[in-house]
Formats: sequence, structure tokens, C-alpha cells
Amino acid sequence: MMKGNRQTNSKGQLKHFLSIDGLKRDLLVEILDNAQSFTSLATQGRSVKKVPLLRGKTITNLFFENSTRTRTTFELAAKRLSADVLNLNISTSATSKGESLLDTLHNLEAMYCDMFVVRHASSGAAHFIAKHCAPHISVINAGDGSHSHPTQAMLDMLTIRQHKGDFTPLRVAIVGDILHSRVARSQILALNTLGVSEVRVIGPRTLLPYDARSLGVHVYHDLIAGISDVDVIIMLRLQKERMSGALLPSEAEYFNLYGLTEEKLQHAKDDVIVMHPGPINRGVEMDSAVADGEHSVILEQVSNGIAVRMAIMSMCLGAQQDIDLEVSA
Amino acid sequence: MTVTSISIVNGRLIDPANNIDEVTDIHISQGEILAIGEKPSGFEAAQIIDASDKVVCPGLIDLSARLREPGLEYKATIGSETRAAAKAGITTLICPPDTDPVIDSPAVMELIRRKAKQSGYARVLCTAAISKKLEGKELSEMAELAEAGCVGVSNAYKPLGNTLIERRALEYASTFGIKVFLKAEDRHLRNDGCIHEGIIASRLGLPGFPEAAETVAVARDITLAESTGASLHFQRLSTAKSVNKINRARHDGIALSMDVAAHQLHLTEMDTDGFNTACHVDPPLRTLRDREALRQAVAKGDIQAICSDHQPHEPDAKEHPFPDSEPGISALETLLPLTLKLVQEKVMSLPDALHRLTAGPAEIAGLPYGRLNAGSSADICIFDPQAHWILNEDNLLSQGKNTPFINWEFTGQVTHTLFEGRITYSLDNES
Amino acid sequence: MKPTEFMQEQAIVDLIDGMATELKTRLQQSQITDPVMIGIHTGGVWVAKQLHHNLQIAEELGTLNISFYRDDFSRIGLNPQVEPSNIPFQVENRHIILVDDVLQTGRTIRAAMNEIFDFGRPASIILATLIEKDGRELPIVADVVGMKPTLKEGDYISLTGPSPLTLVIGKPS
Repeated sequence: MMKGNRQTNSKGQLKHFLSIDGLKRDLLVEILDNAQSFTSLATQGRSVKKVPLLRGKTITNLFFENSTRTRTTFELAAKRLSADVLNLNISTSATSKGESLLDTLHNLEAMYCDMFVVRHASSGAAHFIAKHCAPHISVINAGDGSHSHPTQAMLDMLTIRQHKGDFTPLRVAIVGDILHSRVARSQILALNTLGVSEVRVIGPRTLLPYDARSLGVHVYHDLIAGISDVDVIIMLRLQKERMSGALLPSEAEYFNLYGLTEEKLQHAKDDVIVMHPGPINRGVEMDSAVADGEHSVILEQVSNGIAVRMAIMSMCLGAQQDIDLEVSA
Repeated sequence: MTVTSISIVNGRLIDPANNIDEVTDIHISQGEILAIGEKPSGFEAAQIIDASDKVVCPGLIDLSARLREPGLEYKATIGSETRAAAKAGITTLICPPDTDPVIDSPAVMELIRRKAKQSGYARVLCTAAISKKLEGKELSEMAELAEAGCVGVSNAYKPLGNTLIERRALEYASTFGIKVFLKAEDRHLRNDGCIHEGIIASRLGLPGFPEAAETVAVARDITLAESTGASLHFQRLSTAKSVNKINRARHDGIALSMDVAAHQLHLTEMDTDGFNTACHVDPPLRTLRDREALRQAVAKGDIQAICSDHQPHEPDAKEHPFPDSEPGISALETLLPLTLKLVQEKVMSLPDALHRLTAGPAEIAGLPYGRLNAGSSADICIFDPQAHWILNEDNLLSQGKNTPFINWEFTGQVTHTLFEGRITYSLDNES
Repeated sequence: MKPTEFMQEQAIVDLIDGMATELKTRLQQSQITDPVMIGIHTGGVWVAKQLHHNLQIAEELGTLNISFYRDDFSRIGLNPQVEPSNIPFQVENRHIILVDDVLQTGRTIRAAMNEIFDFGRPASIILATLIEKDGRELPIVADVVGMKPTLKEGDYISLTGPSPLTLVIGKPS
């Protein structure tokens, strides 16, 4: 449990969104419900595809690690809520000149804004920023080191719920480089908090964390055994550095052992859904037949990503208003 | 006015080096201990310290305290830290060689000695660099450094280039009977880890390094010590397995000693939860099992010395996400309190605990201090074993406030410290 | 104090029929021949269903969930249990009958109008409400009102349903 860094205010409302760790099931369900109601915005036939919920708010994307995909979805989510968006790619400027993270933060606070969306290479960076930024600012973690990527986990949960409904009977398998994956850590926490029947991790020992069972999962090294009878398979992206880091011999061997093909999918349940946080390495994590096949829900994950981020941003900044009201009363 | 004749009366004198544990008096004159027990005829103390209900023991010896001078004065200075040491009852400090410039020449040693003497609070000795500039490639002028008075040679916490260089360094040192102080670590297994590779690392997604990073190096260093005949001291052990290996080797007759940092006897990896940078230390805090094994080894005397591993930092050093923060605790002022806590938790007796802070380190470093014989330097620590106090930033004297023990409650507080017969600290006089 | 029943279903149905008649007159006077209708969740939709049937409007009934347009969403929350908005016709240049159950402060209607304008630019909006209550905080006026009851100060009134439709009054807790 994260000590000393409260993500929720005294009323249990979301103020920061840093990690699934420590959040109650009811709050996760509330996020999913709100996100679901935002998904309809795209299909309503509006001429103005925005809602004015966060009009006048400024959201700053603080990306210390490059990522066009994630940054774009956060930007879109913020704009659809009518917020103003500031994009700061710090990887190329200040900190490479040696400015400390704290200094960067204080400089940014001088330009009044309401929310930081942070991506950083060091685990714990989002917590650090939330701890040190001005009290009115909300912080959303867009990925810190190998620690946490909670918005990704929530959009994955939403996608699962849309297809499967009740979480309780589900068996979910996560395949690949769990050791370095902030996505996997957040997914495991979310799945367990939402009460699934079983979470499995599947991969070679070099890609699994120390005592993975302590994370609340069953460990498999054999893909077929691991995906037998599962309802959901989440494939993680394999980074090229793993080969040069002596963690894996080659992409070919990885695909042979852990890559998904239609044939291997037969071992899972008939209505299994296949997920991937993207971008997919075709021929490494799965072949094109699976990526484009009937079990794949990968594209839905992408659109759910915007709705989930809209929900989380509104909830955090809504709670902010509440605090201001209390103060002025 | 410096008082040169002092009597400390009615205190419980504990001197583990000489096996003394009794209520008695001690008399000091001209910077030395004159007598224990009855005062010598003709001796009149200009000052009498009443140590009723207090413990009187040799001034503590700290095998590793970084004073940051020369080179890192923004973190701390010899003046500020020796003053803190005096408050902590520590009268002899051994400073590792990773200053800037590195302690690889007698000139730097002399600079440090002079600064310490100017402040006058404590004796500062050093372990000198085993390799030039601590780069781990070329040997330093060990013989000259030993002549200039270093306690031994060390590579601080920087790895030696490879096993061949290590072998040669140990051989060279052993030629002159110079003790080698090593931190056992395999830098490849260490990789970019900043925390113990355990359940906290797994959960927080922090790069961890395994206990093997230490035990592999311990095995290697033991073997090299055996084949070169070097006298080897293992600094700051953190794993149960290391202690076992070293014990077995000593049983086989290899000359080895070990120390442990006081915080390793109380904290574990669980204390780093929540990305707590105050607990970011090197070697890292490990498991409960390791902590228990280290405690047992200290209790039995297999580990003969507890040191502070004092590493004061400026506030900014810790104000970073965990992997980017600097490791180290400002630890002088918790050396005695944490050791006394072991006594309170019934891990060991008070005389044994004090041995690990006095006679134990003295023996490892080959020093004539840490004992209360007639004729010894009058380095004395007097503490009230019943006094309750809470550590906070205001009563922390060190320039570095980086410690996870803020707001910890301790029992046992230093009331007086004497160094070379002068009172360098008195609780009553603290402003 | 438990809320007390104020009016039962049959009386409410009669009230809504009365509104329908008044609406027909207004539409005739304004020469509006093919209006569309939008009900505001949740109570306004129940009222609108009956009116929609009564007026025999060709296009399907539109429904609005104004949660995303409220000026106080932080206190109330996003209310995700309510159905999302559904406007199955073009808003552009149409005459819209906007229907709600209770008009008090006027904020709900302001939010509803803001939302409608994000779908397009209507030709006109006629506001029909089942109950009108004192306490306007914005310059909003209803064109067609079912009833303006006299209530004790501080009492609230609300429509429960969908079946049976009941009006209840009570004191806030």
C-alpha cells in the first residue's frame, strides 16, 4: 500500500491517479461506469464532439519519456472535455541540461495549470511529482519506469467488461516481459481488485520478476498450459533491448515459444478475447491472423483509451472543485 | 580554560576490552587516564563529573564515517560532523577514501588530520585508496600511505577493475601487512539496481539486484585473501549468506573480519515501500531473514563491529524519484541509540553491545583506543541508559538531515563526551 | 421525514394531457407543423413519452443526459447510471419541444440548451414542464406548465416512476 501519498481526498474522491495500488473496488467500478458513458460521445451524431466539463482548465502533458501514442490520446481526451492542453517534451530540453526534476516542476507551476499528466523513466516519478507539486494540481501517471501505467490498466478492464460483463469467473493470462512491464503490474492489481477468478503470468524466467507469485498471480513458463481455458489473453510488447541484454536469444525463439497463433488459441476458451497495449510486433507477440482475427479486441482498446482518460481527468478535476467549495464556505 | 584534571565518579564503568563492568570512578589528567577506582594520592580533580546511574565507557570508534571534506563541503564538513560525533559519544572516526581529491596521497591525509585537529572534537583517521584516484586500475602508493598513518586501504564502494587487479592489490598490501577494507560486490550482478531484488522491487517495479551480487563477491574475495595471505575486512555486510561464508572461512583459518551498518540491524526492504528515499542505502536493506542473521552474528561476535556508515547529504540528494536519489543515511547520532536498542530487544547484553562499538572496531583497525587503561588517551563516553528522547531535525547536529529515524523514540542518551581529556560535549550545555 | 405522496398516477396523466392540449394550441399559433421532442432524463423522459404519443410526433423521441453540462458536476458526480444522450434526428433548423419534470432553478434547462446547441442550431425551443416551482436562479421561463403547486418553504417535489408515476413532496434530509 502506498503510504503518505493519498490519491483520494477526504471524501474518497479521486484527486491523483498514480497507481491502482490502494484504490478500492468501488472506485475502479465508478471509473469504468463513467468511462462507459463517455464512449457514447463518439457515436451520438453531434456536430460538436466535445462536452464542456473541463472548460477553462489547463492540462499539461509532462513527458520525460517520448511517446506519441499515449500523449495523443491524453491530448484528445483533454480536448474533448474542452480543456486547454500544453505539451512539454522534457526529454529533449531542461533535464538533459541537468535541471533537477523538482526545479522543472516549480518552473512549470509558475504557469498556472490544473493537471499534470506525467510519463517518466524512473519508477516512483509520478508519486514524487504528486508529493511535491502545488496542492491544487492533480497528477495522472502516464507511465513511470516499470512501476505503474494505471490508465492503460483501466482501459483494458473496460474492454474486458464490455465483452465479458462480470469479472468474477474470469481467468486472465498475461504473456511476455512482466519484469519490465508497468502495464502488467497495473493490470494485475486491477484484475485482483476487481475480483477475477485467476490471474496467470506466462514467460521465461528471465522475464519474470522475483517471486512473481507475491504479486498475486500463478506463474507459467509454458504458453499452452498457461492459456488453457482462459477467457482473456493479454500479450505484452517485447522490447528489442531484451535480446541485447541477454534476457532472450531471439525474436524467432520467443515467437515459437510464446507467440500467439490461431492454432495455439484453440487451447483457450472458444470466446477468448486477445488484447495488446500496442504497438504490436507482428510475428513476435502474435501473427497477423490473430492480430486481425475475430478474437482480437485491440482496436477497441484504443477507442476505450480516450473514454477512460476522459473519465479519470473529469473525476480528478471535479474533486478539486469540491475542495475549493469547502474552503470558500 | 581547559580543565586538565577530571574525576568521573559513581558511574557504571563498562570497558569490554578489559572485561570491566562495575560501579567505580575514573581519574583523568593531562589528556590521559590516570587511574581507575581509587584516586591516586596527591591527585585533586579540578572538575568532578557525577555519573550516578549512568554508564561510563570508552569513547566510541566508528569504522566508517564520511565527513565529505575535502571536495563535498555542500553536504557536510569535518567541523560540522566531528561536532555531531562528539554529541554522539564518538571520539574516533575512520573516514573512507572517496573524498575529492581521493585519499591517495599523504597530503590529503594531512589536510584531513589538520582540519580535525583545528575543530578538536574527535580523532579522524582514514582508510586510504587502494587504487590511484579510486579508479580501480592502478595501485596506489600503499606503503607510503601506511607510513603516513592510514588504518588500511580500501576501494570505498567502487569496484576494482577485475579479479586480476584485485589479486595484485591484495598481494601488494599483504607485502607490507596493510589491512584491506573491501565492500564485496560484483558490479555486473549489481547492474543498475538500486534496491534489494525482492518482493518490494517486484511490486514497485524498481531495478533490483540480488543477494548474489554480494555473496558471489564474498566468495571471490575470500578465495583471493586465502591465496594472497592478505588481511581482509568485509565492510557493511547485508546478507545472511555472506556471514555464513565468512564464518566457514574463518573456521578454516583465513584472516577475515566483518562489520555491519547499524541500520541494517533494524530496517528491511519493507521500509523502502512507498518509494521512501530515506531508506535508499547501499548495500540495500534486505529481508527479515537477513536482518535476523546479521543480528545473531553481531550477538555472537562473528561480526565484531557495528559502524554508522555515516553519509550526510544535502536535502536535494534525496528529493528525486527513488532510482535517481543518492543512497546513504546521516547516521552518527543513531549509532549508539540503535546499538542500545539491540540490548533493549534482548539481542545481546550491554557490555557485548558496547564491545562492538569500542574494542571490536579498535581490534579491526589495529588502534590503541577503545579501552580505559591507565595511560590510554582519555576518550570517554558517558550516557544515561534510561533517558527517553525523540530524534528530530532540530536535535540532529549533523549537517545532513537525511535519516529515516526521524521521530523514532530512543532510550539511552549521551550526557558527556571526553576526547583526549577535554569535555567536547555536555548535554547540559547544549543550547 | 418520509416524503409524502402528493399526486397519484391518474391525476398526473390528466395533467400531462392538459399540457398536450396547450402545446397543440401554441404550435398552431406559431404555425409549427413538424416539431421534434426531447425529454431530459430521467423524469422529463417519462413525461415526454406521453406527450410524444399524444402529439403524434413522427420522429423518435430524443433523450438528454445533461451530466456533462451541469455547472456543479463535482458535487453530484457524473451520474453514470443514467442513459447517455440519444438524439436520433438532425437538430439543425428544427423546432424542438424540450420537456422536463420539475423546473426550479433553471440550471438544468440551461445545461440542456447548451447540449442541444452542441448537436446543431435549432430553429426554436419550446419549454414544457410538468411542475413549476419557485426559486429561479437564471432567467428561464417555461412556455407550458402542468401545475404550479404551493409548497411549504424548503420542501422539494419530485416525480418517481416510470410505473406508477407519482409526485412526492418532502423535506431534504
